[in-house]
Amino acid sequence: MKDMLLSVKNLTVHFNVGRRHKVHAVSNVSFQIQRGETLGLVGESGCGKTTIARAIMQFPKPTSGKIFFQGEDLTCVNNFRLRQLRPQFQMIFQDSVSSLNPRRKIINTIGAPLKIIGKAKKEERIRLALKMADSVGIDPKTCYRRPFQLSGGQCQRVQIARALMADPKLLICDEPVSSLDVSIQAQILNLLETLRKKHGLTMLFISHDLAVVKNVCDSVAVMYLGKLCEQVPSEKLYHGHCHPYTKALLSAIPNTKPRIDPQYPLDKINTGGMSSPMDMTPGLSKGCWYFTRCSRAQDLCVKQEPQLSEIEPGHNVACHFPNN
Amino acid sequence: MAESFHKKIPGISFWFSITWIILVTTIAICADFLPLLEYDHMDWDNPEASPGTCVEKQVNDNNGEQIYQKKIYLLGTDTMGRDIFTRLIFGTRISLTIGLAVPVIGLIFGGIFGMLAGFYRGKIETVMMATMDIILAFPGIVLMLAITFYLGPGIKNLVIALGILVIPAFTRVARANTLKFAQSEFVQAARMMGQKDVGIMIFEILPNILIPMAAYALMLVGYMIMVEGVLSFLGLGVQAPVPSWGGMIADGKEVLDQAPFIALFPSFIMFLTVLSFNLMGDYLRNLVDTKEGQL
Repeated sequence: MKDMLLSVKNLTVHFNVGRRHKVHAVSNVSFQIQRGETLGLVGESGCGKTTIARAIMQFPKPTSGKIFFQGEDLTCVNNFRLRQLRPQFQMIFQDSVSSLNPRRKIINTIGAPLKIIGKAKKEERIRLALKMADSVGIDPKTCYRRPFQLSGGQCQRVQIARALMADPKLLICDEPVSSLDVSIQAQILNLLETLRKKHGLTMLFISHDLAVVKNVCDSVAVMYLGKLCEQVPSEKLYHGHCHPYTKALLSAIPNTKPRIDPQYPLDKINTGGMSSPMDMTPGLSKGCWYFTRCSRAQDLCVKQEPQLSEIEPGHNVACHFPNN
Repeated sequence: MAESFHKKIPGISFWFSITWIILVTTIAICADFLPLLEYDHMDWDNPEASPGTCVEKQVNDNNGEQIYQKKIYLLGTDTMGRDIFTRLIFGTRISLTIGLAVPVIGLIFGGIFGMLAGFYRGKIETVMMATMDIILAFPGIVLMLAITFYLGPGIKNLVIALGILVIPAFTRVARANTLKFAQSEFVQAARMMGQKDVGIMIFEILPNILIPMAAYALMLVGYMIMVEGVLSFLGLGVQAPVPSWGGMIADGKEVLDQAPFIALFPSFIMFLTVLSFNLMGDYLRNLVDTKEGQL
């Protein structure tokens, strides 16, 4: 039996929009993360990646489904217990500048988790915060500035430091590098990797950059319109993927030598018929949600929805006709 | 380091206003210890004496001997022969008390109501904002008259009545700013660390809305000093013989053609004070970096 730190079962999140209309942001998503593993979550904009992250953070709570964190169901525990557990799972936001309180000095922002937990006295808090700042590469002088005086990369480091102050076991990174320059991206990714080893972190890494995800993660989950299409070990992502949507995503990566080296020939994508999660009221569409854009679509795809099934150990696909 | 970022060097208007405010406040506090004449002593021999009038008077001292007492009316006397300079200084107390106490009441209650409304939304917000709209729609002068009529005139009642009237404006400022921050990511981050609602409001939101609210409060200080003047002018303010700037202007209006200085001195002092507070408010508002949002 593997040691599962986080186990998400049939997670569903609906948002009410107007009268009797719902957006099915996430429907029936299940996945697990082993202790020490990094799972990447990729997909196009609006497919529900961030919603999953927030649902795990219980903010807002999911519509249905279960989230087991170290065996405890976060959707069922009472508020007091949830507050006790919160330090153990932390999140890093995409927009690093706006995730820091503009009126607070960096040192106090980094020390804030300790204050909330009520663990350390003020001097101790400052000492620990300075130590943490040093370990994420923030100069002690910078610690007495305010967020708007810092660059985006520095703010991202501060955010990481703050998340790690609570000594979490699970770190959810919601597109931590997508708002940064490429050179800074590499620095932050290396920093995350170093800290992951040092603190023994388990990570859920959300991104839309497949190259980043492949390098950082042990396993990659691909999402489309609120559902998981494929979960594949990252070494198999480029050449062992089976779902047509994964193929389409990979073929969208710009190629530096398109004529000489057509590495990922463009899959035929029917771009005209993209579905919206608004329409996806149960019963209205029984078939595969990717059907409208799929090049392999057949009659079966309209009638029956494919379930996520394991084709190899660690490789799950939700497609009736998976192939390479 | 943080200061170096606010590269808005205070100009002469800033130094003028802060000097004037400190001067006026100090004088108001120390009025009892200054070598001043009595503010309610009426010298019927010298009504409407022009500024700088020097009088000598024969009075009996404690031993029954006659001595000459010298008095200088620095800014002249009013229609009842009371020293204008003394009355101006004692009037500062009333004007400053109202000018400062009313915005503080608004700041505290309006801040709490606005934060609750902006943070929790829903029914709390609906009820609160409806109440504020009712207060806003209520004619202020009628409320003042009603309070003066039922509770009697006096500075305490005046402050309470004006305080109630300014709460809605502060509530709106606080609510609008809270709305902006309540959904922001740093508030979510605090929540995800297990911070409670009260903690989020005090540690995350309050420091961000305090500066726009304080800027508004400073603007209101000047306005309230003027409102006190208007109310005293109408006879709704403090009662005679306690001096207030508005009351002094009202006294002087009868003799504006013969002795204009009686109304002009308090008007000028009031003008300088209101201007100073407004300039301070402007300065504070400019201090808020554009990145941190403005009023």
